[in-house]
Amino acid sequence: MRHALSETWSGLRRNAGITLAVIMTMWVSLSLFGAGIIAAQQVNLLKDEWYDKIEVTVYLCTAKLQTGGNCDPGQDATQEQKDRLQAAITKNPEVEAVYYETKAEAYAQFQDLFKDSPIKDSLTLDEMQDSFRVKLVDPQQYAGLASQVSLMPGVQKIQDLHQILDPVFKWLGALQWGTIALSVLLLLAAALQIGTTIRMATFTRGREIGIMRLVGASNFYIMGPFLLESLIAALIGAVCAAGTLVFGVWFIIMRNAQHTLEAFRWVGWPETLISVASVFVVAIVLSIIPTIISARRYLRV
Amino acid sequence: MIKFEEVSRIYDGQTRAALANVNIEIDKGEFVFLVGGSGSGKSTLLKLVLREFRPTTGRIYVAGKDVATLPERKIPALRREIGMVSQDFRLLPGKTVFENVAFALQVIGKPRSLIRKVVPDTLELVGLGDKADRRPDELSGGEQQRVAIARAFVNHPKILLADEPTGNLDPDTSVGIMRLLDRINRSETTVVMATHDWAMVDQMRKRVVELDTGHVVRDQARGIYGARA
Repeated sequence: MRHALSETWSGLRRNAGITLAVIMTMWVSLSLFGAGIIAAQQVNLLKDEWYDKIEVTVYLCTAKLQTGGNCDPGQDATQEQKDRLQAAITKNPEVEAVYYETKAEAYAQFQDLFKDSPIKDSLTLDEMQDSFRVKLVDPQQYAGLASQVSLMPGVQKIQDLHQILDPVFKWLGALQWGTIALSVLLLLAAALQIGTTIRMATFTRGREIGIMRLVGASNFYIMGPFLLESLIAALIGAVCAAGTLVFGVWFIIMRNAQHTLEAFRWVGWPETLISVASVFVVAIVLSIIPTIISARRYLRV
Repeated sequence: MIKFEEVSRIYDGQTRAALANVNIEIDKGEFVFLVGGSGSGKSTLLKLVLREFRPTTGRIYVAGKDVATLPERKIPALRREIGMVSQDFRLLPGKTVFENVAFALQVIGKPRSLIRKVVPDTLELVGLGDKADRRPDELSGGEQQRVAIARAFVNHPKILLADEPTGNLDPDTSVGIMRLLDRINRSETTVVMATHDWAMVDQMRKRVVELDTGHVVRDQARGIYGARA
């Protein structure tokens, strides 16, 4: 063990430049990787939160609005149509809850939502619509209800936030997978770097290794310092990446984003911890595997 | 101690065998000269004993182990029973004489207390008791070879292999090395020495195995270098 430690130390010093390169590559790639994981969790949080809140809104015909749906022009939806709709929606097994919002309520909510904005006065009470607000058991399964209800008389249109949110989440997902893919490329580069470093080290220490093999040193004894060397480099890179991630979460999310966009749920320390833990696992695996592969190739007994 | 049964070795990409159908048996405590021209297969034979590679065909037993089928993880244990000295001394230039010899024990995990005791004894045996703190580049060729022998012998192996140990040395120095190997042989260590040095062989009157293009052409109990049986 003493031997392994002192050899590791001298190896690290001898290869200071290349070790530094490994550390920096590891740092950047692991930071990206960790950021990708945090981003994935953030997206999931938002998804959970928003999809949870999403209601399918069934807007009813109103005299003022001429357009669309199954409306008789210039007429409000009749009470009979409303009753039928209510019954149909309530019977649908996908539906968890439904409530009726009158145009007065909708107007009040609109006024409240935009109370500080000039938009407030852009709509009159008459332009608002009565609607059914439907909450689904599984917010992802909205297509069934939509197709059933959209054909019924008295319905002006069905508004479903999925149509807006789905593309947003799709792009967010693409972005987050892109980050992870990019980091995987960089991590691959780091692994190759480690492999090459080990190979170079086996050349510079060729005579020593030759003697060790000749006098019967065990494979582990010969490989130990190399393993430790790349493990240490990778762990330093991982610690730097962890620091970067923690700082990033603290500065970007806790200090800034959280205060500017209070309505959203943001990732916190538990999510950061998951990301940091995966960073360490990846760092360890990624340093040990190329070391063993190239050591097995170049330290052949 | 060493037994070759119908051993052949063909290197990758070559058609001619480096060793062909070799049968040799070397007993415990024997001293054997391995003679023959360059490319006759001497080094191949020594490398087979060390299990640097496997024979293409045939069986090899070294110190009771079947070397041809020995799994890779057991190679270190085999090599701890064998000391190896080569023409280029293969010392570590950054280390002192003491450290060079101690290195062989350190890397097989021997405790420091043992190393401190055994290394000076071994240096004494090879006649370098007063040069423990020198570095290899401060020593003559003969002295460097003694360090290499000390390193090969410090763990008291059952077998000592020497591949042209006097190849780079002048005749007088060679005699000293020869005497040292002879002394080591008397401590029950089997010694196999590959050499070109006919004067030495003639003088020692030990067993001589002669190889020619991979074949054993002579195996003589108290032989001399040149004579064919």
